[in-house]
Amino acid sequence: MSECGDCHGCGAASVVEFPGPLASPKIVALAGPPNSGKTTLFNRLTGLRQKVANFPGVTVEQHTGIAELPDGRSVGIIDLPGLYSLSPQSEDEQVAHDVLTGERPDTPRPEAILLVLDSTNLSRHLMLAAPILALGVPTLIILNMADDLRNRGGHVDTRQLSAQLGAPVALVSARQGEGIDEVFEFLASAMPAPAPMELPVLHDVPKCREWAGRVGSRASYRPPVPPKWTRRLDSVFLHPVAGPLVFAVVVVAVFQTIFTAAVPLMDGLRWLFEVSGKWVAATLPDSIFRSLLIEGVWSGVGSVVVFLPQVLFLFLFIGILEDSGYLARAALIADRTMARVGLQGKSFIPLLSAYACAVPAILSTRTIENKRDRFATILIAPFMTCSARLPVYTLIIAAFLPNRPVLGPFLGARATALLGLYLLGFLAAVVTARVLKSSILKSGHTPFLLEMPSYRWPTMRSIGLRLFDRAKVFLRRAGTVILLVTVVLWIMAHLPPVNGKAPAIEDSLAGTVGRTLEPIIKPLGFNWKIGIGLVTSLAARETIIGTLGAIYGMDPESHKLGLQKALQHDLTPGGAVALLVFFAFAMQCISTIAVVRRETGGWKWPILQFTYMGVLAYGGRVPRRAPDQVIAASPPPPLPETRW
Amino acid sequence: MQLSGNNVQPETSSKTLVDLRRGDAATLDHIDLPGKDARRLMELGFLPGVRITAGHSAPGGDPRVFQVDGSEIALRRETARRLKVRLDKTRPAPGMP
Repeated sequence: MSECGDCHGCGAASVVEFPGPLASPKIVALAGPPNSGKTTLFNRLTGLRQKVANFPGVTVEQHTGIAELPDGRSVGIIDLPGLYSLSPQSEDEQVAHDVLTGERPDTPRPEAILLVLDSTNLSRHLMLAAPILALGVPTLIILNMADDLRNRGGHVDTRQLSAQLGAPVALVSARQGEGIDEVFEFLASAMPAPAPMELPVLHDVPKCREWAGRVGSRASYRPPVPPKWTRRLDSVFLHPVAGPLVFAVVVVAVFQTIFTAAVPLMDGLRWLFEVSGKWVAATLPDSIFRSLLIEGVWSGVGSVVVFLPQVLFLFLFIGILEDSGYLARAALIADRTMARVGLQGKSFIPLLSAYACAVPAILSTRTIENKRDRFATILIAPFMTCSARLPVYTLIIAAFLPNRPVLGPFLGARATALLGLYLLGFLAAVVTARVLKSSILKSGHTPFLLEMPSYRWPTMRSIGLRLFDRAKVFLRRAGTVILLVTVVLWIMAHLPPVNGKAPAIEDSLAGTVGRTLEPIIKPLGFNWKIGIGLVTSLAARETIIGTLGAIYGMDPESHKLGLQKALQHDLTPGGAVALLVFFAFAMQCISTIAVVRRETGGWKWPILQFTYMGVLAYGGRVPRRAPDQVIAASPPPPLPETRW
Repeated sequence: MQLSGNNVQPETSSKTLVDLRRGDAATLDHIDLPGKDARRLMELGFLPGVRITAGHSAPGGDPRVFQVDGSEIALRRETARRLKVRLDKTRPAPGMP
């Protein structure tokens, strides 16, 4: 149960890091209940100067940023996980508690606290002010969502409230940027400690609530009228018939749009790489270096970067759903399904974010208090179709499936196939969860609590920051892991030299690795080229595209064909299906394995998970024909070179 | 809060949140859950004496959203069953004396 249970073997804990140099070592913490708009304020204060890491030793996400004060000084800001009280029940809350009380040796105790409360629900949110003020640390009480409060006829006397609490109070709208100056003023000031006031007994929740109500009414707090639009929208989105229908339409619309809206951008990127590649080839003299640059870097990294628009579209949708408040409704609708496999509704959010990437999803399972539920969610999260699989899927589907309409102009065959693959991963996750929850991870009940936030318009700023962050992560991976793998592959493909020249690709070191693997993967319909791709994709799934791009680029037989055509030449349709199934099931991601090891505190669970998923991936596609026939089958009739 | 001493369902006059249909309101009497779970519910506003209104639900009526203390919180049926309430006198439940 101790935090150190997670960190044995992970080396010395590093000290909390900020995204840049701090002029003055002033560090403040941003604290508040979930749904108080804390993250929006954090984004508002720090802009692009943010850094996401983990608190050393535990796996709670640590968001740090630097706020630039108008006088030019800068302040370090730590965004803490959401808190309902300072008597922690989940690891998230434990970390927030320990940072605020200065009990984490790796994190300097914050000099001040920015306590963010939802002004439209002040009486309840004020409860958190009692334990925070009791810490005696300089605190600014930020009443967020001031625009909402005003528009819905609410009111609060901030001066009175400040007198009641013995601490400065600022009425702020983080979304609109209103009142941010007051926050900066506080940060620039001497930041006085709160005046000693009478506080309730902190462990007595009814007493705390009573106190909060009293303080609120003395500050003439008038709660706003219930949000009319939220009620109206909920009578559609939570309608017994219309609700699930909207849910289904949203899911289908997301997938279909990824495949129509992203196409021109992807074509543009592809064109850019082609043109720049040709330019580089024409400019540089013929050398080993040019060959590495063109065959390794351009065709390897380029073929992955092309998928950036699709990944960004996915995150755009997740961002809109989350920020608008619809995601909580989706979790509500999905809860029955989750309950059927033995999981709780809180697992839905991590599982949904696993569609983007399993790593943050696994990190976000920390909000699930029940340890067994959390482990089950961690173990099934990598089955959800992460964005790294998306380029692999789209490439193979595009190469093998003509885009016939399935549901009129609304749903094409390719989108349907993709949807099917998403469904396949989901079903594997569900069945696995069922098995786990009725065997090794059986557990009692924890109450399912889900707060329904009011609907809000997502802001460009918040979504934009998120997309920027994602693009950074994607490009960093393309520029590091994938670049490294393609370069190593290129070198292996050029060794050992024959008469001073590169060997034929199948005689090279890389080819030898692939051909060693061939007998094992032959039953699935894969040849040695795909085998090399499977090895390199262990680093990151999408690397297989760069790998194949590089191999085909170096192979004189196929280098004139595009990647799609070359694949058609190399794989039978059956082999293509097997490859898709393999990618749907196999746990080919070193980052995920690493994060599971850290989250579960040992190698037991990741090894079990890797083996289980590997067996599924290999056994998932039982060949219908004799293996030899599959390999020897003539290439399928060429499809017209179609674009997405 | 009371801890559940026995699991025998009390007489018919005892109502829980599950008995509320959409639009019904009731006053929370006590939470029949272990201390830790009850505390979390209380932090979210489910305090004895508070007025709770039943709102929308997922298809099939479970989980259901409850309006309490200015928030909307969704509870599963199995949890809602542990929140004992007194129905508001203005809307007596059918079958009540």
